[in-house]
Amino acid sequence: MKTMSPTVEQSSKKAGLLKAFEVLERQLAGSDTPFLRRLRSAGIARFDQLGFPGTRDEEWRFTPLASLYQQPFSPTVPHQAHDLSAPQHALKLPEAISVVCIDGFMAPSTTPAKLPTGCTILNLQQAMKARPELVESTLGRLVNFENNTFAALNTAFLQDGVVIHLARNCVVEQPIHLTFLESGQGRMSFPRILVIAEQHSQATIIESHQSLGEQADFTVAVSEYALADEARLDHYRVTDINKRSFHFATQHARLARGSNFRSHAFTLGGSLVRNDLFAYLGAENIECTLNGLYTVDGSRLIDNHTTIDHAMPHCSSHEVYKGIIEDKGKGVFNGKIFVRQDAQKTDAKQTNQTLLLSPDATIDTKPQLEIFADDVKCTHGATVGQLDAEMLFYLRSRGLSKTQAQSMLTYAFANDIIGRVECAPLRDILEKRFLVT
Amino acid sequence: MLNIENLHARVEEKAILKGLSLEVRAGEVHAIMGPNGSGKSTLAGVLAGREAFEVTEGTVTFEGKDLLDLEPEERACEGLFLAFQYPVEIPGVGNTYFLRAALNSIRKYRGQPDLDAAQFMKLVRQKLQHMHMSEELLKRPVNEGFSGGEKKRNEIFQMAVLDPKLAILDETDSGLDIDALKIVSDGVNALRGPDRAIIVITHYQRLLNYIVPDFVHVLVDGRIVKSGGKELALELEDKGYDGIKAELKKQLATA
Repeated sequence: MKTMSPTVEQSSKKAGLLKAFEVLERQLAGSDTPFLRRLRSAGIARFDQLGFPGTRDEEWRFTPLASLYQQPFSPTVPHQAHDLSAPQHALKLPEAISVVCIDGFMAPSTTPAKLPTGCTILNLQQAMKARPELVESTLGRLVNFENNTFAALNTAFLQDGVVIHLARNCVVEQPIHLTFLESGQGRMSFPRILVIAEQHSQATIIESHQSLGEQADFTVAVSEYALADEARLDHYRVTDINKRSFHFATQHARLARGSNFRSHAFTLGGSLVRNDLFAYLGAENIECTLNGLYTVDGSRLIDNHTTIDHAMPHCSSHEVYKGIIEDKGKGVFNGKIFVRQDAQKTDAKQTNQTLLLSPDATIDTKPQLEIFADDVKCTHGATVGQLDAEMLFYLRSRGLSKTQAQSMLTYAFANDIIGRVECAPLRDILEKRFLVT
Repeated sequence: MLNIENLHARVEEKAILKGLSLEVRAGEVHAIMGPNGSGKSTLAGVLAGREAFEVTEGTVTFEGKDLLDLEPEERACEGLFLAFQYPVEIPGVGNTYFLRAALNSIRKYRGQPDLDAAQFMKLVRQKLQHMHMSEELLKRPVNEGFSGGEKKRNEIFQMAVLDPKLAILDETDSGLDIDALKIVSDGVNALRGPDRAIIVITHYQRLLNYIVPDFVHVLVDGRIVKSGGKELALELEDKGYDGIKAELKKQLATA
């Protein structure tokens, strides 16, 4: 696929970014750190080789990026980010440990003062100074940017990020809320998260992305989660950016023996959002749960690609992704499950359900199971449908208006996923957010 | 209250109702009996506003309004209630949430203030008792995982809460054991009153032992072919629909 010759727009967008890198390289934060400089060089080199994907690339078949190339974006530098402050509508979780990042830069004033023993939250620069061995052994090691041009691009422009370390046996009761605010001023930003959860540690991390302004931004995010034996991470990602913006997010979880990773992805905004989520189950007795819910209207596009890689025996994975598509909205779902030869007794279940609320709404859904072990239980199912006419009639016959009945049924469809949110204040926010839509 | 004149209706290209006329006044209970395929459920569907049925001729007036001109929800707000033959399960929509929204929608239409959660629960508890239903059922999604009898009881419970002027029971007796049948009938009888009319649609006479009608109509091939008092139901039970049909044929031949 790499041999396909790129279009003029792809080439010129790429050239622009390579140029920006050249100009910015010396000014980028952390330029005095050899480790970061090496990582960035590798990232830009790989981005140079890969370029932007076209629809002939199997992984991007249904997600054309033409609209991205038409817009000018310039990478954010730290002083620009610090000029901005949090908007009124930002998702608020009063009980949570709160960290705010603006255009990918951790705002110094919001660094939480008091953290539970064993829990460390630092920006990337601080973390590289305080725990260099920790950062250097994990950052960029989990995410594979060999075949992921956006992960390569994020790495090339990597300046700041949030590093969370949970020491052995550390249990953080309060959720950790990472608020990412994108400027909404036509900028590029590269949010980065690194979570290192040591043995028997446990935490809930809520990552929300929202826009400050109304202009299109181009955000390329990468998150890495390293879970040691018996660690547990509940991760929530709420992508609620303005409807003009482009958002590409790669998340990679590396799971060790007996660990439990639960991911919940809620995508509401964006002109084009692409989520790539990888979970590597590299030991026995791991539990991995991936839940997803998105709504698309207008002529927007939301694309969820997930990969669950079962490498060892006795692990289970449960995945449910649901989409609600209105107007000329477009949804893409690709769910890969690999069950390697050694992964006997794997229990993997994947479900993808889509509600099409208009005749012009479309979904391209593709479950992709590749099973090399013989003693496994793997199921998958995809359904695409409209609101049930009989249910609508039943509700209307009881006095509810057509609009009320439709929103009640749409909400019920969504609530299956929202109901799985264990953090009650977040659940309330999502219920309201999806009820309005 | 309800006046149906020369009603013709079809599903796709198939004519089902072929000139049905019926008048129902406040305080009356009418039973409509008929064999399979006679048009019983079509009549219920047309009155409640099911889209699948197309009315090709005739009029239906409800409380002076052209019923056929109203959306299903407007009919409900005007005071019409259909107890479904097959109540649909709605996963993810809580019974209480749904019913309160429905009641408040009707109240709003009638210019009455919303009931708050406490007022609503007070009303609901009172009605639940009548139907021998546990509050547990209300916490579940609408009809989800309910037994056949529970679904039918839930229909009558909803009817009690929504307090309609005209209730149409579409084969509510079908699939009920005798205990459930008694509970459902008691629930319906509790709602009988001078301001309310009830149309009971059924295949069998059994239900009419418990809900005793003022009038019985026999529906055959899309028309009411015979009307009478409650004793007509017993006659039907005795002779069967074929007996009635044969008798009618004889009458026509001699006429």
